[in-house]
Amino acid sequence: MKKEPVILIAEDDRGHFELIKRNLWLNCVNNEILHFSDGQEILDFLFQRGNGGKREKNCSYILLLDIRMPKIDGREVLQQIKQHEELKTIPVIMLTTTTEVSEINQCYEMGCSFYMVKPINYNKFMGAVENLGAFLSLDGVRVPPINGQNQ
Amino acid sequence: MKINLPEKTRMKKDGVILIAEDDDTHFELIKNSLQRTGILNDMVRFENGQQLLDFLFETSDGPKSLPNKEYLLILDLKLPGVDGIQILEKINQDTDLKKIPVIILTAVDEPNTIKLCHKLGCSVYIVKPVGHESFVDAVKKIGLFLSVVETPMISKTE
Repeated sequence: MKKEPVILIAEDDRGHFELIKRNLWLNCVNNEILHFSDGQEILDFLFQRGNGGKREKNCSYILLLDIRMPKIDGREVLQQIKQHEELKTIPVIMLTTTTEVSEINQCYEMGCSFYMVKPINYNKFMGAVENLGAFLSLDGVRVPPINGQNQ
Repeated sequence: MKINLPEKTRMKKDGVILIAEDDDTHFELIKNSLQRTGILNDMVRFENGQQLLDFLFETSDGPKSLPNKEYLLILDLKLPGVDGIQILEKINQDTDLKKIPVIILTAVDEPNTIKLCHKLGCSVYIVKPVGHESFVDAVKKIGLFLSVVETPMISKTE
Protein backbone atom coordinates (compact mmCIF):
# COMPACT_ATOMS: atom_id res chain seq x y z
CA MET A 1 0.00 0.00 0.00
CA LYS A 2 1.32 3.42 -0.89
CA LYS A 3 2.11 5.72 1.93
CA GLU A 4 -0.02 8.81 2.21
CA PRO A 5 -0.15 11.73 2.06
CA VAL A 6 1.07 11.71 -1.52
CA ILE A 7 3.54 14.53 -1.98
CA LEU A 8 2.80 16.65 -5.04
CA ILE A 9 5.67 18.79 -6.28
CA ALA A 10 4.86 21.57 -8.74
CA GLU A 11 8.23 22.74 -10.00
CA ASP A 12 9.16 23.70 -13.54
CA ASP A 13 12.88 23.14 -13.04
CA ARG A 14 13.37 19.39 -13.57
CA GLY A 15 16.78 19.50 -11.89
CA HIS A 16 15.35 21.11 -8.77
CA PHE A 17 12.58 18.55 -8.68
CA GLU A 18 15.04 15.64 -8.88
CA LEU A 19 17.16 17.15 -6.11
CA ILE A 20 14.15 17.68 -3.89
CA LYS A 21 12.82 14.18 -4.49
CA ARG A 22 16.15 12.48 -3.87
CA ASN A 23 16.72 14.49 -0.73
CA LEU A 24 13.29 13.73 0.65
CA TRP A 25 13.90 10.04 0.06
CA LEU A 26 17.27 10.24 1.75
CA ASN A 27 15.48 11.74 4.72
CA CYS A 28 13.13 8.85 5.18
CA VAL A 29 10.18 10.38 3.41
CA ASN A 30 8.69 7.21 1.95
CA ASN A 31 5.57 8.79 0.57
CA GLU A 32 4.69 8.60 -3.08
CA ILE A 33 5.99 11.70 -4.89
CA LEU A 34 4.41 13.11 -8.07
CA HIS A 35 5.86 15.80 -10.31
CA PHE A 36 4.05 18.61 -12.16
CA SER A 37 5.98 20.95 -14.39
CA ASP A 38 3.58 23.88 -14.52
CA GLY A 39 0.53 25.38 -12.84
CA GLN A 40 -1.87 24.00 -15.42
CA GLU A 41 -0.74 20.42 -14.84
CA ILE A 42 -1.22 20.55 -11.09
CA LEU A 43 -4.64 22.20 -11.36
CA ASP A 44 -5.78 19.64 -13.96
CA PHE A 45 -4.67 16.87 -11.62
CA LEU A 46 -6.44 18.29 -8.57
CA PHE A 47 -9.59 19.41 -10.35
CA GLN A 48 -9.67 16.14 -12.34
CA ARG A 49 -9.60 17.76 -15.77
CA GLY A 50 -7.73 17.13 -19.02
CA ASN A 51 -6.10 13.96 -20.28
CA GLY A 52 -3.29 13.59 -17.77
CA GLY A 53 -3.27 11.87 -14.38
CA LYS A 54 -5.96 12.84 -11.93
CA ARG A 55 -6.20 12.72 -8.18
CA GLU A 56 -7.88 9.76 -6.61
CA LYS A 57 -10.91 9.94 -4.40
CA ASN A 58 -10.28 9.64 -0.65
CA CYS A 59 -6.56 10.10 -1.00
CA SER A 60 -4.62 12.70 1.01
CA TYR A 61 -2.09 15.10 -0.45
CA ILE A 62 0.52 17.66 0.50
CA LEU A 63 1.60 20.14 -2.15
CA LEU A 64 5.05 21.70 -2.52
CA LEU A 65 4.48 24.66 -4.80
CA ASP A 66 6.90 26.83 -6.73
CA ILE A 67 5.71 30.34 -7.57
CA ARG A 68 7.38 31.10 -10.89
CA MET A 69 6.01 28.54 -13.31
CA PRO A 70 4.88 28.63 -16.93
CA LYS A 71 1.20 28.88 -17.95
CA ILE A 72 -0.29 29.40 -14.49
CA ASP A 73 1.91 30.61 -11.67
CA GLY A 74 1.96 29.27 -8.13
CA ARG A 75 0.06 32.21 -6.71
CA GLU A 76 -2.91 31.47 -8.97
CA VAL A 77 -2.70 27.75 -8.18
CA LEU A 78 -2.75 28.50 -4.45
CA GLN A 79 -5.72 30.79 -4.84
CA GLN A 80 -7.77 28.26 -6.79
CA ILE A 81 -7.02 25.48 -4.31
CA LYS A 82 -7.86 27.58 -1.28
CA GLN A 83 -11.14 28.79 -2.77
CA HIS A 84 -12.32 25.25 -3.37
CA GLU A 85 -14.41 23.74 -0.58
CA GLU A 86 -12.74 20.30 -0.65
CA LEU A 87 -9.26 21.05 -1.99
CA LYS A 88 -8.64 23.84 0.49
CA THR A 89 -7.75 21.32 3.20
CA ILE A 90 -4.59 20.34 1.30
CA PRO A 91 -1.55 21.74 3.09
CA VAL A 92 0.41 23.84 0.60
CA ILE A 93 4.06 24.61 1.27
CA MET A 94 5.45 27.33 -0.99
CA LEU A 95 8.97 26.46 -2.12
CA THR A 96 10.34 29.33 -4.10
CA THR A 97 13.27 31.62 -4.80
CA THR A 98 11.23 34.77 -4.18
CA THR A 99 12.16 36.44 -0.91
CA GLU A 100 9.98 39.54 -1.16
CA VAL A 101 8.09 40.29 2.03
CA SER A 102 4.94 41.24 0.12
CA GLU A 103 4.99 37.91 -1.71
CA ILE A 104 5.38 36.02 1.56
CA ASN A 105 2.50 37.93 3.13
CA GLN A 106 0.24 37.44 0.14
CA CYS A 107 0.76 33.70 0.07
CA TYR A 108 -0.07 33.43 3.77
CA GLU A 109 -3.11 35.61 3.19
CA MET A 110 -4.29 33.22 0.50
CA GLY A 111 -3.85 30.33 2.90
CA CYS A 112 -0.53 28.61 2.27
CA SER A 113 0.61 26.52 5.23
CA PHE A 114 4.23 27.58 5.10
CA TYR A 115 6.53 29.58 2.88
CA MET A 116 10.06 28.33 2.30
CA VAL A 117 12.74 30.11 0.33
CA LYS A 118 15.01 27.97 -1.87
CA PRO A 119 18.51 29.10 -1.06
CA ILE A 120 20.57 29.76 -4.20
CA ASN A 121 23.64 28.06 -2.76
CA TYR A 122 23.52 24.32 -3.51
CA ASN A 123 24.50 23.09 -0.05
CA LYS A 124 22.08 25.43 1.64
CA PHE A 125 19.34 24.32 -0.70
CA MET A 126 20.04 20.70 0.19
CA GLY A 127 20.11 21.62 3.88
CA ALA A 128 16.73 23.29 3.60
CA VAL A 129 15.19 20.32 1.77
CA GLU A 130 16.71 18.01 4.39
CA ASN A 131 14.95 19.98 7.11
CA LEU A 132 11.71 19.87 5.15
CA GLY A 133 12.21 16.11 4.82
CA ALA A 134 12.67 15.72 8.58
CA PHE A 135 9.34 17.45 9.02
CA LEU A 136 7.45 15.51 6.35
CA SER A 137 8.77 12.22 7.71
CA LEU A 138 7.11 12.84 11.09
CA ASP A 139 4.80 9.95 11.94
CA GLY A 140 2.34 12.26 13.62
CA VAL A 141 1.51 14.43 10.61
CA ARG A 142 -2.16 13.99 9.71
CA VAL A 143 -3.71 15.18 6.47
CA PRO A 144 -7.42 14.67 5.74
CA PRO A 145 -8.39 12.75 2.60
CA ILE A 146 -10.01 14.67 -0.23
CA ASN A 147 -13.44 13.41 -1.25
CA GLY A 148 -15.51 14.83 -4.04
CA GLN A 149 -16.53 13.45 -7.36
CA ASN A 150 -14.39 10.94 -9.13
CA GLN A 151 -14.51 10.62 -12.87
CA MET B 1 19.51 12.63 14.26
CA LYS B 2 21.56 14.94 12.10
CA ILE B 3 21.05 18.60 12.85
CA ASN B 4 21.41 20.81 9.84
CA LEU B 5 21.14 24.52 10.37
CA PRO B 6 22.22 26.66 7.47
CA GLU B 7 23.02 29.93 9.21
CA LYS B 8 21.14 32.29 6.94
CA THR B 9 17.95 30.30 6.73
CA ARG B 10 17.20 30.23 10.43
CA MET B 11 13.68 31.36 11.32
CA LYS B 12 13.84 35.13 11.54
CA LYS B 13 14.87 35.92 15.04
CA ASP B 14 12.30 38.61 15.59
CA GLY B 15 9.44 36.22 14.89
CA VAL B 16 7.69 35.12 18.08
CA ILE B 17 6.54 31.57 18.72
CA LEU B 18 3.28 31.40 20.64
CA ILE B 19 2.74 28.14 22.47
CA ALA B 20 -0.73 27.34 23.79
CA GLU B 21 -0.22 24.33 26.01
CA ASP B 22 -1.77 23.70 29.42
CA ASP B 23 0.53 20.84 30.41
CA ASP B 24 3.72 22.13 32.10
CA THR B 25 5.82 19.10 31.16
CA HIS B 26 4.76 19.28 27.54
CA PHE B 27 5.43 22.99 27.36
CA GLU B 28 8.94 22.61 28.80
CA LEU B 29 9.66 19.76 26.43
CA ILE B 30 8.49 21.76 23.41
CA LYS B 31 10.45 24.86 24.39
CA ASN B 32 13.65 23.00 25.23
CA SER B 33 13.57 20.79 22.16
CA LEU B 34 13.02 23.76 19.85
CA GLN B 35 15.87 25.63 21.50
CA ARG B 36 18.15 22.64 21.11
CA THR B 37 17.64 22.73 17.35
CA GLY B 38 18.77 26.35 17.34
CA ILE B 39 15.41 28.09 17.44
CA LEU B 40 16.33 31.18 19.41
CA ASN B 41 13.13 33.10 18.88
CA ASP B 42 11.12 34.49 21.75
CA MET B 43 8.50 32.08 22.96
CA VAL B 44 5.34 33.07 24.79
CA ARG B 45 3.29 30.50 26.64
CA PHE B 46 -0.47 30.45 27.17
CA GLU B 47 -1.92 28.06 29.70
CA ASN B 48 -5.47 28.38 28.50
CA GLY B 49 -7.42 29.47 25.46
CA GLN B 50 -8.70 32.73 26.89
CA GLN B 51 -5.17 33.95 27.62
CA LEU B 52 -4.23 33.36 24.01
CA LEU B 53 -7.34 35.11 22.66
CA ASP B 54 -6.72 38.07 24.97
CA PHE B 55 -3.22 38.29 23.61
CA LEU B 56 -4.20 38.04 19.96
CA PHE B 57 -7.30 40.22 20.11
CA GLU B 58 -5.98 42.61 22.76
CA THR B 59 -8.98 42.12 24.95
CA SER B 60 -7.40 42.40 28.40
CA ASP B 61 -4.76 44.33 30.31
CA GLY B 62 -2.32 41.45 30.00
CA PRO B 63 0.37 41.08 27.34
CA LYS B 64 -0.78 41.93 23.82
CA SER B 65 0.36 41.08 20.35
CA LEU B 66 2.17 43.84 18.49
CA PRO B 67 1.54 45.15 14.99
CA ASN B 68 4.15 44.52 12.29
CA LYS B 69 5.45 41.54 14.11
CA GLU B 70 5.77 37.97 12.93
CA TYR B 71 4.09 35.16 14.84
CA LEU B 72 3.75 31.44 14.61
CA LEU B 73 1.41 29.46 16.84
CA ILE B 74 1.80 25.98 18.27
CA LEU B 75 -1.66 25.04 19.46
CA ASP B 76 -2.85 22.21 21.68
CA LEU B 77 -6.51 21.33 21.15
CA LYS B 78 -7.55 20.35 24.65
CA LEU B 79 -7.17 23.56 26.57
CA PRO B 80 -9.13 24.60 29.64
CA GLY B 81 -11.95 27.05 28.92
CA VAL B 82 -11.80 28.04 25.26
CA ASP B 83 -10.49 25.04 23.34
CA GLY B 84 -8.18 24.89 20.34
CA ILE B 85 -10.93 24.53 17.75
CA GLN B 86 -12.70 27.65 19.00
CA ILE B 87 -9.41 29.52 18.86
CA LEU B 88 -8.76 28.35 15.33
CA GLU B 89 -12.26 29.53 14.33
CA LYS B 90 -11.65 32.98 15.78
CA ILE B 91 -8.23 33.32 14.15
CA ASN B 92 -9.64 32.15 10.82
CA GLN B 93 -12.32 34.85 10.92
CA ASP B 94 -9.80 37.65 11.34
CA THR B 95 -8.23 38.97 8.12
CA ASP B 96 -4.85 39.67 9.69
CA LEU B 97 -4.56 36.94 12.26
CA LYS B 98 -5.52 34.22 9.80
CA LYS B 99 -2.12 34.63 8.16
CA ILE B 100 -0.40 33.25 11.27
CA PRO B 101 0.88 29.73 10.61
CA VAL B 102 -0.78 27.41 13.13
CA ILE B 103 0.74 24.07 14.01
CA ILE B 104 -1.76 21.87 15.82
CA LEU B 105 0.15 19.68 18.26
CA THR B 106 -2.28 17.47 20.11
CA ALA B 107 -3.01 14.03 21.49
CA VAL B 108 -6.31 13.97 19.59
CA ASP B 109 -6.05 11.59 16.63
CA GLU B 110 -9.53 11.62 15.20
CA PRO B 111 -10.39 12.04 11.46
CA ASN B 112 -13.26 14.50 11.94
CA THR B 113 -11.16 16.77 14.13
CA ILE B 114 -8.28 16.57 11.66
CA LYS B 115 -10.57 17.52 8.79
CA LEU B 116 -12.20 20.34 10.75
CA CYS B 117 -8.86 21.87 11.72
CA HIS B 118 -7.76 21.88 8.08
CA LYS B 119 -11.05 23.45 7.03
CA LEU B 120 -10.40 26.13 9.63
CA GLY B 121 -7.04 26.82 8.09
CA CYS B 122 -4.46 25.14 10.32
CA SER B 123 -1.08 24.87 8.60
CA VAL B 124 -0.34 21.37 9.73
CA TYR B 125 -1.79 18.87 12.18
CA ILE B 126 0.60 16.79 14.21
CA VAL B 127 -0.32 14.11 16.73
CA LYS B 128 1.89 14.14 19.83
CA PRO B 129 3.86 10.91 19.94
CA VAL B 130 3.50 8.81 23.05
CA GLY B 131 6.70 8.57 25.09
CA HIS B 132 9.24 11.22 26.03
CA GLU B 133 11.95 10.29 23.50
CA SER B 134 9.71 10.29 20.47
CA PHE B 135 8.03 13.50 21.55
CA VAL B 136 11.42 15.21 21.83
CA ASP B 137 12.42 13.81 18.44
CA ALA B 138 9.21 15.06 16.82
CA VAL B 139 9.58 18.58 18.22
CA LYS B 140 13.19 18.68 17.02
CA LYS B 141 12.01 17.88 13.52
CA ILE B 142 9.43 20.64 13.77
CA GLY B 143 12.24 22.95 14.90
CA LEU B 144 14.43 21.99 11.94
CA PHE B 145 11.59 22.84 9.62
CA LEU B 146 10.81 26.13 11.35
CA SER B 147 14.43 27.12 10.86
CA VAL B 148 13.88 27.23 7.09
CA VAL B 149 10.41 28.75 7.05
CA GLU B 150 9.48 32.39 6.45
CA THR B 151 6.70 33.82 8.58
CA PRO B 152 4.19 36.52 7.61
CA MET B 153 4.01 39.98 9.08
CA ILE B 154 0.82 40.64 11.00
CA SER B 155 -0.16 44.22 10.28
CA LYS B 156 -3.45 44.52 12.19
CA THR B 157 -6.07 46.81 10.88
CA GLU B 158 -7.31 49.13 13.56
